[in-house]
Amino acid sequence: MTNEPIIEAQGLTKRFSSKKKTVEAVTDLTFEVARGELVAFLGPNGAGKSTSLRMLTSLIPPTAGTARVVGFDILRRPADVRARIGYVGQLTSGSFAQRVRDELLSQGTFYGMPASRARTRADELIESLDLAPFATRSVQQLSGGQKRRLDIALGLMHAPPLLFLDEPSTGLDPQSRANLWQHILDLRAQHGTTVFLTTHYLEEADRYAERVMVMDRGRVIADDTATRLKANLAGDVITLGFATTADAARAVEIVQRLADRDVARSDATLTVTAPDGDALLPEAVRRLDAAGLRVDRATGVPPTLDDVFLALTGRTLREAGEGEPVEEDEDPDATASTAKQATTTGAQR
Amino acid sequence: MTAPQHTTDTAVRANPARDTWNVLTRELKPVVRDPFTLIFSLVQPLVFLGLFGPLLVGQSGMPVGETLQWFVPGILVMIVLFGTGATGSNLQYEMMTGSHERTLVAPLSRSSLLVGRALKEIAPIVVQAVLIVLIAWPFGFSFHVGGLLIGLALLAVFGVGLGSLSYALALATRDREWLFWGVQQTLIFPLLILSGMLLPLDEGPGWMRVVATVNPVSWVVQAERALLAGDLADSAVLWGWVAALALAAVGLAVGIRSMRKSS
Repeated sequence: MTNEPIIEAQGLTKRFSSKKKTVEAVTDLTFEVARGELVAFLGPNGAGKSTSLRMLTSLIPPTAGTARVVGFDILRRPADVRARIGYVGQLTSGSFAQRVRDELLSQGTFYGMPASRARTRADELIESLDLAPFATRSVQQLSGGQKRRLDIALGLMHAPPLLFLDEPSTGLDPQSRANLWQHILDLRAQHGTTVFLTTHYLEEADRYAERVMVMDRGRVIADDTATRLKANLAGDVITLGFATTADAARAVEIVQRLADRDVARSDATLTVTAPDGDALLPEAVRRLDAAGLRVDRATGVPPTLDDVFLALTGRTLREAGEGEPVEEDEDPDATASTAKQATTTGAQR
Repeated sequence: MTAPQHTTDTAVRANPARDTWNVLTRELKPVVRDPFTLIFSLVQPLVFLGLFGPLLVGQSGMPVGETLQWFVPGILVMIVLFGTGATGSNLQYEMMTGSHERTLVAPLSRSSLLVGRALKEIAPIVVQAVLIVLIAWPFGFSFHVGGLLIGLALLAVFGVGLGSLSYALALATRDREWLFWGVQQTLIFPLLILSGMLLPLDEGPGWMRVVATVNPVSWVVQAERALLAGDLADSAVLWGWVAALALAAVGLAVGIRSMRKSS
């Protein structure tokens, strides 16, 4: 086992040109991922997450920059990269006309597995991803959650050391989403697989990823653990309620000095955003008590990654996602959305 | 991470022949699982045989057997034109639902993704052609067995070429289904009519006969007529093979090129 990073991206940039204009979907992406990490790209739709993933998996060549994935250059040795990674795209990996188990066996042969080993492996995955009742059904007949579990199984067929997941839980109900995550976490615990995923669900990045890379308009604008991102960039929101407006006005200075942050007052209520809110809040109450100011109500709300995104960009994730979509001929997000419609109509054929 | 790394470095390298075989066997799985799909796509040729055939008999004033002798070889080519000519839509559907992308990330040679699919077309062509021959048989259609075997091989080569072009069209039109079908329909019907498959072109205007001479479908139809009648040494057979092989070469070249550019 080497200590070489499993992903090393150096200045990766992707520009798409359509009729008149050129759009830069990804700008100067430079980062490393160590073996065994669970990393999430978090960002709104059109931020460049999928384009980044498609470059790292050798699906599209970068306009500039380079990357080594599982030890091989994505441009010079794409075949070596492909043989060692698993990839679960945004859409359905299984062909709708194929049966579940057939697709797993075909996938095995694609990766050079002998038939007997492919059969054993397929049955293992069918078992562990709860696909047994549908193994002989066609992919078309599966529900969204079942299709997604098959996608994961297909990505894992050859036991890759590195698994890329593009929006793995989009479109799933909360229960299927939790179930899918349990499978991903179990997999890591058992095999030490490095997992690199994109998501626009902030709760998901917050809860499961050990490292979050926030992406906006083609650039990574923050890269840290969710806890540190929230502590450093957002902070807890503390609200203190007083009996009278006069008490609140007198409290402003004390709280301001303690928190070393601007305090906002609205009638008899103070609001301050600061790191370490859980320690700050009781201390503030004690000091105000000592000054003869009785706190009637106190709340401390921990920040979310949305607050982090807001602090970084001035927009919430939702606003950013509804904003300017990346327009270009090959925008994978745009293609994906039309294709999702196709999937639904197709399923009714 | 303390967990053991489960992977040994036995990663495969792309191997066009083995990859093509793997893609081909994958493509055949739905056909084997559900062979009735083959019968279903026979409906169109059967309609022509059952509804257009009697009109032809009435028009020509020839006996049923002789008319079938002329008409059935054309129907066999029609199977390829309608069935194989539309096969690109299967790939287009896989491009839109996502499974094509998965195969692009797999360590498969790009050419195998096209060639394996094109070779798969041979299976439905042969099964359907044999069914049509068996259906026409009791109605007085007679055929030379050796000629039929060579004729099936000719259809297979022609089908590989046409199928490749259909896949290339799917790769070029990406998620625009309307464009795929628009181009496909625009080409299929002129090719059909200008092949003398339904009605002889001898009575048609001179320009139609000229256009037909550059229509490879027309050459294949004439070769099939000679083969099924047992005229194995007829020069039409040679020209049929030239047309089919040329189409296969062009189709595979264009198709492989499109697949290499696919992302």
